Amino acid sequence: MIRQMKGPGPIQLAVNGESRTVVVRPADTLLYALREQLGLTGAKPGCENGDCGACTVLVDGWPVKSCLMLAVEAVGHQVTTVEGLKNAPIQKAFIEEFGFQCGYCTSGFIMTCHGLATIHPEADEVVIEEWLQSNLCRCTSYQEIKNAITSVLASSKLPAP
Amino acid sequence: MIPCNFEYYMPESPEEAVETFLQLTREGKNPMYYGGGTEIISMARVSNITPGAVVDIKGIPECNFLGLRDNQLIIGAALPLTAISESQVFPLLGKAGGRVADHTIQRKITLGGNLAGTIIYRETSLPLLVCDSQAVIAGPHGIRQVPFSEIFQQRLYLQPAELLLQIIIDRSYLNLPYVHVKKVKQDKIDYPLLTLVAIVKDQRIRLAFSGLLAYPFRSLTVEEALNDPHLTVKERIDRAVTGLPAPPLHDILGSAGYREFVLRDTLKNTLSTLEGYY
Ligand SMILES: Cc1cc2nc3c(=O)[nH]c(=O)nc-3n(C[C@H](O)[C@H](O)[C@H](O)COP(=O)(O)OP(=O)(O)OC[C@H]3O[C@@H](n4cnc5c(N)ncnc54)[C@H](O)[C@@H]3O)c2cc1C
Ligand code: FES
Ligand code: FES
Repeated sequence: MIRQMKGPGPIQLAVNGESRTVVVRPADTLLYALREQLGLTGAKPGCENGDCGACTVLVDGWPVKSCLMLAVEAVGHQVTTVEGLKNAPIQKAFIEEFGFQCGYCTSGFIMTCHGLATIHPEADEVVIEEWLQSNLCRCTSYQEIKNAITSVLASSKLPAP
Repeated sequence: MIPCNFEYYMPESPEEAVETFLQLTREGKNPMYYGGGTEIISMARVSNITPGAVVDIKGIPECNFLGLRDNQLIIGAALPLTAISESQVFPLLGKAGGRVADHTIQRKITLGGNLAGTIIYRETSLPLLVCDSQAVIAGPHGIRQVPFSEIFQQRLYLQPAELLLQIIIDRSYLNLPYVHVKKVKQDKIDYPLLTLVAIVKDQRIRLAFSGLLAYPFRSLTVEEALNDPHLTVKERIDRAVTGLPAPPLHDILGSAGYREFVLRDTLKNTLSTLEGYY
């Protein structure tokens, strides 16, 4: 059966483990629905063009730039925003490694790093750089952010005590 | 925020997709097929396009298939570039897709969208051009299979309401010796100043380029020159440059002269890397 949405209306999204109703137009982005409908302002509007990564959230565990995804496309998928992370190791690592200055890029970077730590906990330096290159930081905290994800990956490789 | 309104449809078969597209066209809704949507969203946001409806092809099983069947690799057009690179089934295509935009967007850009998009680089076409791939297309008259090089000449030529369903590549091409080089103006994430893909098939080098001209291309004249055993490396490269189908691009990413310089250097390195195979 064809799924269709002809005009503004309610859709169900699974966000941070809860089923939430948002009222959107088919042309509204996931970024818009999260911020304006659900008040989840952790995903930031930056370029809204796919370049900066400030709007990054996880969809089924993978980082996605929510400015380049329609809200209606997220139906049936699990969306995680930075508000859905509760004391994830990468959040602690950002504090310990001073991974931010103004903080505008932080939630996007945290979601990219959290996705990497979950999907590729064995990631080497090349893979880390490849993933981090999806996000921009105007305050140039790049080295500290890399230290943060590297420390999380290193601790996940330690044998359990 | 996208200022225009459009309707959203997600069919579950090629027939349903084409029928929906035709119906929306009859209703004057100016529909577009929707793959990853990255280009459609970016262009609609600045009102470069104003579709009245989008037909999302990600619900069509054929468009999501990835695997070997009868010694042929079948790649669905709605697969994101990351799915292709992570699968490692076709390393050269994985490499080419792995340098389009950035890693996060590669999870959203589809193979079909990169090939059918209006942005001129279409870097995933390069492996398909040198590997004699086939395209499977659904349209108002059913499903047809054609050589990729026949419908992709500078850009993808589809008939109205037609949809790229799959790409097929013979298994014998999947693990040939290859070179993939993407040169950008600075940093790593950018449109290509020059992307070169080369494989060796039956002891001959085949090459395709993006970013060098205003469209991606494979040139048999360039290949003739580079495979000529009677010429020195410098003579081969001189002849290859003279044999380009048009002068190199001259734009904000680089002047024509600089592009030629980068091309010469990249060709020299490519010949040396593949030495012994051809
Ligand atoms: C930030 C950014 C950086 C980029 N960098 C690069 C780069 O470095 N190199 C490069 O080559 N490209 C690059 N691109 C271009 C990108 O690959 C194209 O914009 C591509 O169209 C996006 O794929 P999509 O699946 O999101 O397409 P969509 O936005 O869904 O569609 C794009 C076009 O293709 C059509 N289409 C999509 N799928 C099909 C199909 N199966 N059959 C028929 N028509 C179809 C649509 O109707 C539409 O006209 C970049 C794009 C962005 C946003
Ligand atoms: S706001 Fe989405 S990538 Fe910049
Ligand atoms: S900390 Fe300011 S943009 Fe990254």
